[in-house]
Amino acid sequence: MNTFDFLLQGLAIAAQPINLFYALIGVTLGTLVGVLPGIGPALTVALLLPVTYQLDPAGSLIMFAGIYYGGMYGGSTTSILLNTPGESASIVTALEGNKMARAGRGGPALATAAIGSFVAGLIATIALAFIAPFVVKFALAFGPREYFALMVLAFVTVSAAFGDSTLRGLTSLFIGLALAIIGIDQLTGQTRMSFGIPDLLDGIEVTTLAVAMFAIGETLYVAAQGSRAPEKVEAVKGSLWMTKKDWARSWKPWLRGTAIGFPIGAMPAGGADVSSFLSYSAEKQFSKHPEEFGKGAIEGVAGPEAANNASAAGTLVPLLTLGLPTTATAAIMLAGFQQFGLQPGPLLFATNPQLVWGLIASLLIANFMLLVLNLPLIGLWVRLLTIPKPWLYAGILMFATLGTIGANPSVFELGMLLAFGLLGYVMRVMGYPIAPVVVGLILGPMAEQQLRRALSISQGDPTVLVSSPIAATLLVLAVLALVVPLIMRARGRGEVLSQVAGAED
Amino acid sequence: MIGGRVEAETGGYGRETFKLGKPGTAPPVSSKDTAPEGAFGGRHLKHFLIASFMAGAMALPAYAADYTIVAPAAPGGGWDQTARSLQADLQKEKISGKVQVVNVPGAGGTIGLAQFASQQKGNANSLLVGGYVMVGAILTNKAPVTLDAITPIARLTGEYEAVVVPAASEIQNIGQLIEMLKKDPGAVSWAGGSAGGTDHIGAGLIAKAAGVDPTKINYIAYSGGGEALAAILGNQVTAGISSYGEFEPQVKAGTLRLLAVSSAERIEGADAPTLKESGLDVVLENWRMVAAAPGISEEQKAAITADVEKLVKSATWQETLTTKKWQDTFLAGKPFEEQLAKDIAATETILKDIGLVK
Repeated sequence: MNTFDFLLQGLAIAAQPINLFYALIGVTLGTLVGVLPGIGPALTVALLLPVTYQLDPAGSLIMFAGIYYGGMYGGSTTSILLNTPGESASIVTALEGNKMARAGRGGPALATAAIGSFVAGLIATIALAFIAPFVVKFALAFGPREYFALMVLAFVTVSAAFGDSTLRGLTSLFIGLALAIIGIDQLTGQTRMSFGIPDLLDGIEVTTLAVAMFAIGETLYVAAQGSRAPEKVEAVKGSLWMTKKDWARSWKPWLRGTAIGFPIGAMPAGGADVSSFLSYSAEKQFSKHPEEFGKGAIEGVAGPEAANNASAAGTLVPLLTLGLPTTATAAIMLAGFQQFGLQPGPLLFATNPQLVWGLIASLLIANFMLLVLNLPLIGLWVRLLTIPKPWLYAGILMFATLGTIGANPSVFELGMLLAFGLLGYVMRVMGYPIAPVVVGLILGPMAEQQLRRALSISQGDPTVLVSSPIAATLLVLAVLALVVPLIMRARGRGEVLSQVAGAED
Repeated sequence: MIGGRVEAETGGYGRETFKLGKPGTAPPVSSKDTAPEGAFGGRHLKHFLIASFMAGAMALPAYAADYTIVAPAAPGGGWDQTARSLQADLQKEKISGKVQVVNVPGAGGTIGLAQFASQQKGNANSLLVGGYVMVGAILTNKAPVTLDAITPIARLTGEYEAVVVPAASEIQNIGQLIEMLKKDPGAVSWAGGSAGGTDHIGAGLIAKAAGVDPTKINYIAYSGGGEALAAILGNQVTAGISSYGEFEPQVKAGTLRLLAVSSAERIEGADAPTLKESGLDVVLENWRMVAAAPGISEEQKAAITADVEKLVKSATWQETLTTKKWQDTFLAGKPFEEQLAKDIAATETILKDIGLVK
């Protein structure tokens, strides 16, 4: 049988009524946990493992796949409407999405996120089916030096992409990098900056920081403004649905986001958050409306949302072909496979083709189901914004606190949530962008560890960093991203550039 | 997306482990979760009610009936899976009516250990899952609460370490690897799990047994066996060391070459010598145990030990071991306590030799 026959057979298995039912339970649960900050798909799948022991392997894996994709959808809803990212991958979505929601364009923002996720999920799942073995070869070619070069590129593009002032953006980024040092150093096992507090040994949770900075900081900011606050946000202005112009501005970011997300998700040290940052910077570069970024540009929602879903499918590439879980959710799905005595890995496609193709087919079905579930709900979701402000923000506070304490029942964690909330408030008042802090916390340790690993493998020879074609290419791109805008700004006449310069300084 | 790396054993060492997101990202860490609801809830509730009613009526402590098992790691890792298997099997065997699992992740299990020792003192219904990784973590983190603060019950399962190289490597056997190591320790890069963990200890022990200065080994720590596996498959490092289970599928598929295993006897189905028969006096087992709270009476300890023993002998548990590919290394009572003391002393020595503990 060839790949196509296997896929059809898989679709037949996944389309059995009972399996459709499991998929429905999965996507519903996934959407719900995606909405709650702190509680994510990994946790849900872990808790469901013992329950699914009673099901057949196909049924339980189909349910897990639904939870996985559902979580990616759910995370964007709270990001857009409440500025409270449910997962680290939807942090970027909050930047433009929430601005759109406040301008009465919550409907189109949610729609472009949902359809973008669908398109990306669809393309990436098909890619998973047909080109997984090739992608995995490419992903394995990424060693420490290549990852380091990728991180350098991400730093350069991301710090330029966030905020109005490069200096302020960099200041925020360095606050994040400083926070990233806290905890046990992974390469030596020594603790750094933890001041003997056991809760700090594992460092600072990205979700705690993100929820505090975005949700708590925002709430304090609104409360501090009191009656001077701008009049209440309009829930819906113009069309609830995407206009022709929205479509025209969305489809390219969807495709670009997919192209960025899938390969990065397939890399053992890549990830949905990294791909969403890169997609955001790419969209800002390519956009015909760079001046709208930071004020609610639809491209800034469409691209990253497509990227994080594509990378969720990308994650399954190393899991199915190598037995290599690269995310917590994938690790627990691996435990799910093992519970049925199946060992994902190079032999799984040969020994259990029905199951693998059933899983891939059920991902396609889960994707359709999510679109059908989510689109009609948009009208309902945007009504959230019509809730009177004191109630809405009280609700956000409760939500954020509950999510944090649900993920880690610790008083210290709550204290950190509050402290970072205050920091977020101060930064907002002073006009510093907050997203780079979170980006620094995520990318900092990756860059540091990969650099040290690369140098350790080469026994201290720094030329190793540029001696691989992939690493050299990425570094050249990073240098170009840094230098080209400077040169063009010095010339000062390029049309687009003057716009960019105008927006950035 | 939620995700993050996966730590082979605890999911708790190093910031990347098992966190949401990616390296260094926030994870959906832990949770306080209760027994699986839904499928089992109703029945257990009934058992629980009957059990508590009977306990009340007969004025007996309820310790024979229910347990709360603390897994000092995030959901999904080895300790969590051990705790959840205990939960399911204790209930299935009707040894206990109601079993809950609580996750307290962090710092190689030392956070869960500290919390367990202080909060569960004298509580005979509370159990803690732990293992060899905890021994190393206590030393490297200079944890204030050590294994002396709890009551070890029994060692349950174990995994052995395996040394592998990529299939394309020139190295054909463990002897050649040791030759390279002797010539220039820095030229051999080892990929494995977190610093100070079982894999790192294994590399240190091998170097020491070969007469090479363990502080000179070039150990590249990854957040877990999985990420290390990618580095080995991608030819980024000379060799890899992690639990055999992590490498087995790749070895079977011929993409990795298995050089040696760290067990005392050859592992069934694994086509490689032990380190011992290769002339390196190293036996290393990454074991997992169950322990009880401090301050319980001898009778309570005996009752818990009896429950665990009954479970280990059951067909249900044996089946769990087979499906999870865990080795049965059950050891309880005095012999276990002696073995534990030996392991702690040996680990302290090697961590000092590697230079991770001063």
